[in-house]
Amino acid sequence: MSAYRISGLGRVAEAAAVNFTFDGKRYQGRAGDSLASALLANGVLLMGRSFKYHRPRGLLGAGAEEPNALISVDRGGGRFTPNLRATAIELYEGLDARSQNRWPSLQNDLGAINDRLGRFFPAGFYNKTFMWPRSFWEKLYEPAIRRMAGLGDAPTDADPDVYDACYAHCDVLIVGAGPAGIDAALAASASKKKVILIDEQDELGGGALADPTLWPWLAESLKDLAKLTNVTLLPRTTAFGYYHDNFIGAVERLTEHLPDPGHGAREKLWRIRAGEVVLAQGAIERPLVFAGNDVPGVMLASAARTYLNRFGVAVGRNVALMATHDSGWRDAFALARAGVRIAAIVDLRETVDAVLLAEAAELGVRVELGSAVIGVAGRHAVEGIEIARADGSARQQLDCDAVLMAGGWTPSVHLWSHSLGKLEWSEDWGAYLPGKANENVRCLGACGGKWSFGSGVYVGQLPTPKNPATIKAFVDFQNDVTAKDIALAIREGMKSVEHIKRYTTNGMATDQGKTSNLNALQLASAALDRPVQAIGLTTFRPPYTPQTFGALAGHAKDALFQPTRKTPIDPWAEAQGAVFEPVAQWRRARYFPKAGEDMHAAVARECLAVRQSVGIFDASTLGKIEVVGPDAAEFLNRMYTNPWKGLEPGRCRYGLLLREDGFITDDGVSARLAPDRFHLTTTTGGAARVLNMMEDYLQTEWPDLNVWLTSTTEQWAVIAVQGPKAREVIAPLVSGIDLSGDAFPHMAVREGTICGVPTRLFRVSFTGELGFEINVPSAYGRHVWEAVWQAGQAHGIIPYGTETMHVLRAEKGFIIVGQDTDGTVTPYDAGLDWAVGKKKADFVGKRSLARPDIVANGRKQLVGLLTDDPAEVLVEGAQIVEDPNQPIPMKMIGHVTSSYWSASLGRSIAMALVAGGFDRMGDTLHVPMPGRTITAKVVKPMFYDAEGSRLNV
Amino acid sequence: MILIHCPYCDDTRPELEFAYAGEAHIARPLDPSALSDADWERYLFIRANPKGRHNERWRHVHGCGRFFNAVRDTVTDKFELTYKAGEPRK
Amino acid sequence: MTRFSAFSLFAKALGGHQSWPELWPDAQPKAEYDAIIVGAGGHGLGAAYYLAKKYGITKVAVIEKGWLGGGNTGRNTTIVRSNYLYDESAHLYDHAVKLWDGLSQDLNFNVMYSKRGVMMLAHNVHDVQSFQRHIHANRLNGVDNEWLTAEQAKEYCPPLDINPNARYPVMGAALQRRGGTARHDSVAWGYARAAAALGVDIIQNCAVTAIRRGPDGAIEGVETERGFIKSKKVGVSAAGNSSVIMQMAGLDFPLESYPLQALVSEPVKPVFPCVVMSNTVHAYISQSDKGELVIGAGTDQYVSYSQRGALHIVEHTLAAICEIFPLFRRMRMLRNWGGIVDVTPDRSPILGKTPVPGLYVNCGWGTGGFKATPGAGDLLAYTMAKDEPHWINAPFNLDRFRNGRLIDEAAAAAVAH
Repeated sequence: MSAYRISGLGRVAEAAAVNFTFDGKRYQGRAGDSLASALLANGVLLMGRSFKYHRPRGLLGAGAEEPNALISVDRGGGRFTPNLRATAIELYEGLDARSQNRWPSLQNDLGAINDRLGRFFPAGFYNKTFMWPRSFWEKLYEPAIRRMAGLGDAPTDADPDVYDACYAHCDVLIVGAGPAGIDAALAASASKKKVILIDEQDELGGGALADPTLWPWLAESLKDLAKLTNVTLLPRTTAFGYYHDNFIGAVERLTEHLPDPGHGAREKLWRIRAGEVVLAQGAIERPLVFAGNDVPGVMLASAARTYLNRFGVAVGRNVALMATHDSGWRDAFALARAGVRIAAIVDLRETVDAVLLAEAAELGVRVELGSAVIGVAGRHAVEGIEIARADGSARQQLDCDAVLMAGGWTPSVHLWSHSLGKLEWSEDWGAYLPGKANENVRCLGACGGKWSFGSGVYVGQLPTPKNPATIKAFVDFQNDVTAKDIALAIREGMKSVEHIKRYTTNGMATDQGKTSNLNALQLASAALDRPVQAIGLTTFRPPYTPQTFGALAGHAKDALFQPTRKTPIDPWAEAQGAVFEPVAQWRRARYFPKAGEDMHAAVARECLAVRQSVGIFDASTLGKIEVVGPDAAEFLNRMYTNPWKGLEPGRCRYGLLLREDGFITDDGVSARLAPDRFHLTTTTGGAARVLNMMEDYLQTEWPDLNVWLTSTTEQWAVIAVQGPKAREVIAPLVSGIDLSGDAFPHMAVREGTICGVPTRLFRVSFTGELGFEINVPSAYGRHVWEAVWQAGQAHGIIPYGTETMHVLRAEKGFIIVGQDTDGTVTPYDAGLDWAVGKKKADFVGKRSLARPDIVANGRKQLVGLLTDDPAEVLVEGAQIVEDPNQPIPMKMIGHVTSSYWSASLGRSIAMALVAGGFDRMGDTLHVPMPGRTITAKVVKPMFYDAEGSRLNV
Repeated sequence: MILIHCPYCDDTRPELEFAYAGEAHIARPLDPSALSDADWERYLFIRANPKGRHNERWRHVHGCGRFFNAVRDTVTDKFELTYKAGEPRK
Repeated sequence: MTRFSAFSLFAKALGGHQSWPELWPDAQPKAEYDAIIVGAGGHGLGAAYYLAKKYGITKVAVIEKGWLGGGNTGRNTTIVRSNYLYDESAHLYDHAVKLWDGLSQDLNFNVMYSKRGVMMLAHNVHDVQSFQRHIHANRLNGVDNEWLTAEQAKEYCPPLDINPNARYPVMGAALQRRGGTARHDSVAWGYARAAAALGVDIIQNCAVTAIRRGPDGAIEGVETERGFIKSKKVGVSAAGNSSVIMQMAGLDFPLESYPLQALVSEPVKPVFPCVVMSNTVHAYISQSDKGELVIGAGTDQYVSYSQRGALHIVEHTLAAICEIFPLFRRMRMLRNWGGIVDVTPDRSPILGKTPVPGLYVNCGWGTGGFKATPGAGDLLAYTMAKDEPHWINAPFNLDRFRNGRLIDEAAAAAVAH
């Protein structure tokens, strides 16, 4: 079928052809192929361009370590994904794959000019220039750098896919389904433990997939595992992070491999808590550092074996091996046995295992010991190599079309490192191996150093007779970090491995240094003449491989991003065409516009209606806490600023709550229902905070008090009926309560029924009008609301929202905590000294009110402001000055906290925090706005019915 | 997400059920008005913030609702033990 | 110091870059210095540089337990802005922003300060009120900050979703055009190189183990892993480890240290032109010159020095990002890490003298220290040189926790009613 496919080899289905395109050109692969193997089979070697120099690149590896072959996949309809590794893309019918970071085409990329100029762009070049002229950085240099940087394009459309998420618990979590992981799963399952086995590939088997001698064992083992009900197998799942207490994050890919992704979840986040974790993640082969080691066709020896044995693809017809480790020899032998010509085995070592030499001889493979590749011919594909003895002598050219690199193995200790397990340097491996564990975790197989790949030597850069300043020998392929970049960093004083990494960007590409970290360490070790373990190791951080934002966000999207709290009356308001606003987690009706009304018109109408007749308002979002117990009054007395013990049952009181630092944190009107029972209210946003604060004091400071606190916010619907007609509206509906002014005065509470529903009826007012707040069980809220609404029709009742509520309360000078206070305001600052119990020895925050700065003069105090021009409505947040003609920076003495058009007064009103405000009554202050200054007079923050005559009816 | 043992529920549960509540064993003075500004500052704001063994408070807010104390190593994040509010410093 | 320029780069390139000198020499501690800075982050190195450059104190050592720039300097999301509410904060951060402008030229090291604009999103009426207050206060303080409608915000940052039916709709934004980003490592390296050129010793891998005080209580010097180093002035600029160092001097501090996480995506071609912050939805994002989306996550709830955060914090952060920028849902997280941030009770820094004569402190920057780097360095240097605070950092004293004159920016953002 294709030039590089070898019949009879591999696990791909020969009969099942799969059509796909790469950069628009049509190709055919086989079911079971990765995009990488399918392209190789078609003789496509050039798959990408490097980050900085735009060098032509082919495959380096066959798995998660791949740094070069980065691909964009467009599935249409907003399903565009950049930066996917060709080795991790499963082939499916119709796959539309595109190369990246090139223009106009992969073959002819103008960006490759950077490669020619590469010597002017060494590590850290951007720190040394682009500084003159100063303004050019943002205008010219930076945009140019940005355009050259980046890999693939970002998606341009909102992602139509959905993502799933779950929690899972198990006795044993095994990461990696190679031979070690599968054996561990079988062993653990025999003891009836609950086991989860995770593997990032589509097929379980790990390294065994590239070793046909293990296939019978693999098939048998997978059959056994499939039968076990206590084992969960998760292929296509990447364990990406290992967090505290054996908590592992993993993402399962559900639809990426399907020709039609359908409507199901694209990926699923698994949050797994495991009793024991077994890491069997294997090891990744290391490339070798020599000039030309990045030409397409130069790749890891183990990758070539994987392409051969798993996919039935030869990576070349005439292949050379450059080895410093035994394992590459066996890979070359496997290719030779499959009929691929081996041009030569070049090994830096003078002596190697006689068994290897014998096998090479048997296969008729030329061997060059004590030698190294010193150059690679070809630009878009390997055309040959130059080799030399380690001392630089005996230079010779060899023809070949692929070069395998066998530089030894790096155990995949990523997750181990996330778990804060210790690492120990192993001379045998030339790598770090797991040491002392920090969690209940074991490492098996190659990732634990418990696997034999043979032996080898480990050098930073292969010896070369060439001038090191003139060659590009790559260490980090994707980020184009060369050996001389590492040398330059060290020359410039970057001696810590973290400095080298950050200065050169080695290990910071999308492969996160899987193939480059150890080589960089070896290079640094050689340059600094210090052992590798003295250089250190950069810390591995999650994720092991890049993971989709969508998967990590999980279900938290749109309406589920944060559930919206709604009151029982919310649907009614929605049906009435209310405009809503988000307040804390709630949504509240802001105003109820009639046809053609904007907010200001609607609010003016609503305000006048409440003042003249009656309005109905949904106050259900107010926080509510039931405080019960023989010491309830004592408890509230200690919490709130004002006295509570003398409050008669049936009466209400405004409560002011401070933090211990003396600043106002919450307020609300609360009622005493019985000697041992209070109904507290809090602000909408403060409910949870206040309950937590009260529980804290009750449980930890005053455990001797016999009090119980219960959140009842959602148990009660609260219907405020406010206005001169309020009593008339509700009277026909109420039974068991004498509503007359004498029997039921302002700031009182009664229990009875309304519409046959039990109620706690508060006579309270946040408007300055005669008002009631009807508390009924939530389930009856809508029913009672509609009954009041019907009863109010005869009186012209209107619904009003939060905006009107704000105006009405401001006309009366009532504060809103969080708007007229900001966490730095004391009761005295807010003019609420009447709410502070002077005779109380203590309450929360009292001591702080005596601190020097709190009793000092000049604190910002809450006052009213009336603009000289009554039509002028100040902007909330506008700043106040004494002298509007002073230069900038001006001395600001305060700011406008609340400001509205008052329809009732026919003018604007405002409240403000002003330094020394109480002593400025009658003064004219200035509010400088862009281009003009507004003047306003300081007044008491009480604009309407100062004597309260409208309340006492 | 760390696992936390609630001494009231006698159960080990994930962190999402709990709310951290700051350093433990900072008792509110019985008579705050008798304190100097410096002593009041110490109560309000000064914290040990040790690198290592830390006595701290947690609340099983989405469980039993109780506040309790713990000793945790702030370098490893591992708990040494948890104990009920009111018990002496461990 | 070899002067950096396009010409020197060109000339050295012809020589194969063989003759670049070390950016800073690896100094061995001397017996005595006129001033010691503990902590070689951007703030500490900046202080050393300004001590030498502006205040003529060149016998200075910066002592670092690890590698320079390895703490929060190298772990943050590099946002620079000064649109703070209170006069004290606005002056403090704007002092830094003024120094950021021109810092590359001053240091002869490109720190890649990019005035890309910082846009803060308002999602509810309370946010709008709060931002208006900021904008008006900033304007009268001479700090740029302007109000944008949702449509204007979208025009400035096209990936933004301004659907009015979103869970937290964008109701507008406050934009500081002078705000932006800088390259974090370069700031530390640039200061280190420039300070070293003025004679400052930068001593890495040398932990301070004790602080020595004389019979009169005044500072005599610091004990380190490499022995005692004498100095009458010690400035501590140790971020998350400040409590530990201050305790060596016998001082308990109003600080707590928390893990703060950040993350980056895989690099993509330019898609995100500015910095966007949303305090209500908890999202902070920009795109680096390399093409990575740089995203700030929240703090974990408990005190910790582990530099290791929890997954659910990242989940929440990315949900927030995807909520405001739905086209990033298919982007992928490349790297996620944690730092240790030291937080004061009012979330404003402490920068000034301490009760110990000769001991100065710069700490408590919480999640926002990077933007202040040049300003904090300069003001710490001033305070150490003059033995009294500059008027800009005078309000950020330790006494405020006693007298109640807190500078509580977070409280001013306050809560919904």
